[in-house]
Amino acid sequence: MSRPIRRIAFVLGILLVALLVNVTVIQVVLAGDYRDRPGNQRVLLEEYDRERGPILVGSNPVARSKETGDTLKYLRVYSDGPLYAPVTGFYSLVYGATGLERTENRILTGSSSLFVVDRAEQLFAGRQPVGGAVTTTINARAQKAAFDGLRGKKGAVVAIEPSTGRILASVQFPSFDPNILSSHDPAAIRDYYATLEADPGKPLLNRPIVSLNPPGSTFKIVTAAAALASGRFTPDTVIPGPRTYDLPDSTKKIRNWNGQSCGPGDLVTLRQALAISCNTAFAWLGNQLGADALRTQADLMGFDQSFDIPLRAATSHFPEDPDDPQTAMSAIGQFDVRATALQMAMVGAAVANSGKTMNPYLVQEVRGPDLAILQTTEPSLYEQAMTAVNAAQLTEMLVNVVENGTGSNAQIPGVRVAGKTGTAQTGNDNPAVAWFVAFAPAQSPQVAVAVVVEDAGAAEVSGNQLAAPIARAVIEAVLR
Amino acid sequence: MSIPVDVMAPVGKGIRKQPSRRNLELVLLIFAWAVGVLGTLQIGWANGVEPNSQLWITTGVVGVLALVMHGMVRWKARYADPFLLPVATLLTILGLVMIYRLDVAATERAVLNGSPSPTPDAYSQLTWFTVAVILFVSVLFLLRDHRILQRYTYTFGFAGLVLLVLPLAPIIGTTVNGATLWVRLGGFSFQPAELAKILLTIFFAGYLVEKRDSLALVRTKFLGIGFPRLKDLGPLIVAWLVSLGVLVFQRDLGTSLLFFGLFVSMLYIATQRRSWLILGGLMFIVGAVLAYFAFGHVRLRVTVWLDPWTYANDDGYQIVQSLFGLANGGILGAGLGQGFPNLVPFANTDFIVAALGEELGVTGLIAMLLLYAILVERGLRAAVSVRDSFGQLLAAGLSITLALQVFVIIGGVTRLIPLTGLTTPFLSYGGSSLIANWIIVALLLRISDRARRPEVTMPSPDEAVTQVVRRV
Repeated sequence: MSRPIRRIAFVLGILLVALLVNVTVIQVVLAGDYRDRPGNQRVLLEEYDRERGPILVGSNPVARSKETGDTLKYLRVYSDGPLYAPVTGFYSLVYGATGLERTENRILTGSSSLFVVDRAEQLFAGRQPVGGAVTTTINARAQKAAFDGLRGKKGAVVAIEPSTGRILASVQFPSFDPNILSSHDPAAIRDYYATLEADPGKPLLNRPIVSLNPPGSTFKIVTAAAALASGRFTPDTVIPGPRTYDLPDSTKKIRNWNGQSCGPGDLVTLRQALAISCNTAFAWLGNQLGADALRTQADLMGFDQSFDIPLRAATSHFPEDPDDPQTAMSAIGQFDVRATALQMAMVGAAVANSGKTMNPYLVQEVRGPDLAILQTTEPSLYEQAMTAVNAAQLTEMLVNVVENGTGSNAQIPGVRVAGKTGTAQTGNDNPAVAWFVAFAPAQSPQVAVAVVVEDAGAAEVSGNQLAAPIARAVIEAVLR
Repeated sequence: MSIPVDVMAPVGKGIRKQPSRRNLELVLLIFAWAVGVLGTLQIGWANGVEPNSQLWITTGVVGVLALVMHGMVRWKARYADPFLLPVATLLTILGLVMIYRLDVAATERAVLNGSPSPTPDAYSQLTWFTVAVILFVSVLFLLRDHRILQRYTYTFGFAGLVLLVLPLAPIIGTTVNGATLWVRLGGFSFQPAELAKILLTIFFAGYLVEKRDSLALVRTKFLGIGFPRLKDLGPLIVAWLVSLGVLVFQRDLGTSLLFFGLFVSMLYIATQRRSWLILGGLMFIVGAVLAYFAFGHVRLRVTVWLDPWTYANDDGYQIVQSLFGLANGGILGAGLGQGFPNLVPFANTDFIVAALGEELGVTGLIAMLLLYAILVERGLRAAVSVRDSFGQLLAAGLSITLALQVFVIIGGVTRLIPLTGLTTPFLSYGGSSLIANWIIVALLLRISDRARRPEVTMPSPDEAVTQVVRRV
């Protein structure tokens, strides 16, 4: 009987080989593919098992990993959590990661290809990989000033360094505490998340880069830039500025915010129209220039484009095919024009930077676990939005707004501040949105800032009253 | 019946004593025990559990149990194969270590959730191991010669069938996770199919030795292969129907497959007729197709096997988690105590191989599969070297059961074949399985002892001298 037994043994041997080949294929060949599949919690759990790199503001780690005693070996802690929440995001067991925690995950976990050498070392030495550090472009003083200014309001602030596109501040209020969402207590995480979701202030929204609002009169910067670019207008060109502007092909009218005419004989210079935020003059100007010219100018400054800073910013937009009345409304930042705070800061920065729109960015450099710099973000030009001459003219016009016009609250003794107020209706019944876009010092700008305050009340003055002081505080913080 | 000449070698060469190689067995056993101790310590280090007295007592108990078995083999089965016992012990110890590791994970999770700590399974598994050792020792002590079993062929057959249908009995029968294969008596639950597989293997061996001549008769030839007479098909058809019955009434795909595969291979060994394999194979295919179309649970298994990802959150959850675990293990594994094997449901029973694969990597898994291969190979070696047909069939049958069971469950967990619920021999948590497999080891040792024992027609001179010395 030994022959059939040997044959059976042979067959069993084949089955053994099948098992051996199969486990090798799964654990060696397909392993990487399986690791990347959605629903594989092990990847997250493994991440919690090793030290995650810090997120730095200057040299201060605003997000870092602290060793604990539990199964999840490291706990993510945030100093000044709510202050930096729109930048860092959170790192949650239950809800995954957001903000830089998400976009820079591979750096922070040390799994980025930048660390190839370290990883080889770790494999042979049997050490756990240690994450790299991400240094942000944030200026701690500007961030703090913006946060303090917004406190108690609902809104966002973005500040940009005009010459580079570095984001110096990205702030929202209300904000949330990422410490709770990043805790190791699932019940507490869920409770807090539910509370945040129910909050009408929508603290989980990354307001500075995601929340879209009609920019109102701050869009007049774009319209003015388009006017100068057309070659038909200079700051001194006299244009009509009556009490009301009859929208073409419509019975509706546009009024000025104070119900007054903008100048003697219903005439006003472009410079003065911007200074007093004359709606009728800019509506007329919009129709003169046409929707295409306005859109082109807006797009050169970043509209209709999504930016990864590396957080994905919402796309600000100018209406696609407006008719004449809609074009007139769009020229004063109403109708379907929508912009994020980031976008309006970019508009200010483009004018400040001799017409050059820079790509905005939030990550200054990436460092290895040994703090050696592995990667530095180089500033990059997005578009030449204006000629340097026109930018200089527009800058002077915007200084005039602050010094002699509606933006008086942004005045800083000894500093020439350029700025523009704005108030917009988001709908018939919705409360107004107050804006202020500014940059300073006008002769060599170091910071451009956009402030948006939602639910601001109806008056045109709110841009100056609510938003301008915050912009001033941020500018002072940067210049100090 | 004819006995192949090559297996008769030792007969009549009473001058030279066969080396018993018991010392090699002891060394290997100590090695197996050391692996267990180191594994336990490693889990402790990885999870911040200080080695405590309880741990030393447990590992001590395991060591004592291994020594008791070794002593029994020395005493009652001197010439038995020296690898069977250490390999089975190492597999059992690996199982205990992994069950302990999963206990640690479960405790940690409970602490995290603030819920009370679950009862550790490792201690009850150790208790079952103790029971298994008692039965192992009893088998070796009471069963002097495996041929005694042949006398009770039909009693074993009847008992095996009764055990098989026992879970269907009212009151004591219990359905767990859709399969009716448990019997609950008092506080204990038992899977009678585990024991039934031994009894039925004994029955098959005895029955086939008796009937092999008529079953080997050739009636018709087809394509050059001789086929049996129609009236001799009876036993095969009965086995087929019983297997289908297990599938239908107990919804137990694994056991069903195991029995049929076992019977067909034993039939082939007894008769040396390939036609039985062909017939068996055809009947298997018919049965499989019937089962696929008739039963939703079989169809579901196949669907999930073909595309587990679509069912990743419901019916395919287990297998997907198992694959994630294996992937996480990679080549060298996450390290004992450093993976997340507790994410796979039933990690300490059906899916213990996924847990081991995650923490020990493909390296560890291959090593483990080779341990099984050694076990089966040593069993088959005993089968070819023992002199009586009953012993040959029994040893071969027991080894094949082990091999098929390992293939069916590990193939299922690693998605080589559709998943069926079977325990992993020696590794899985669960008393019935552990006890049954240790009885198999005892029987294989008994048979291999018989196979390697020098014929005692006359005592060897060495032995005589020893006896004289003792008398002094």
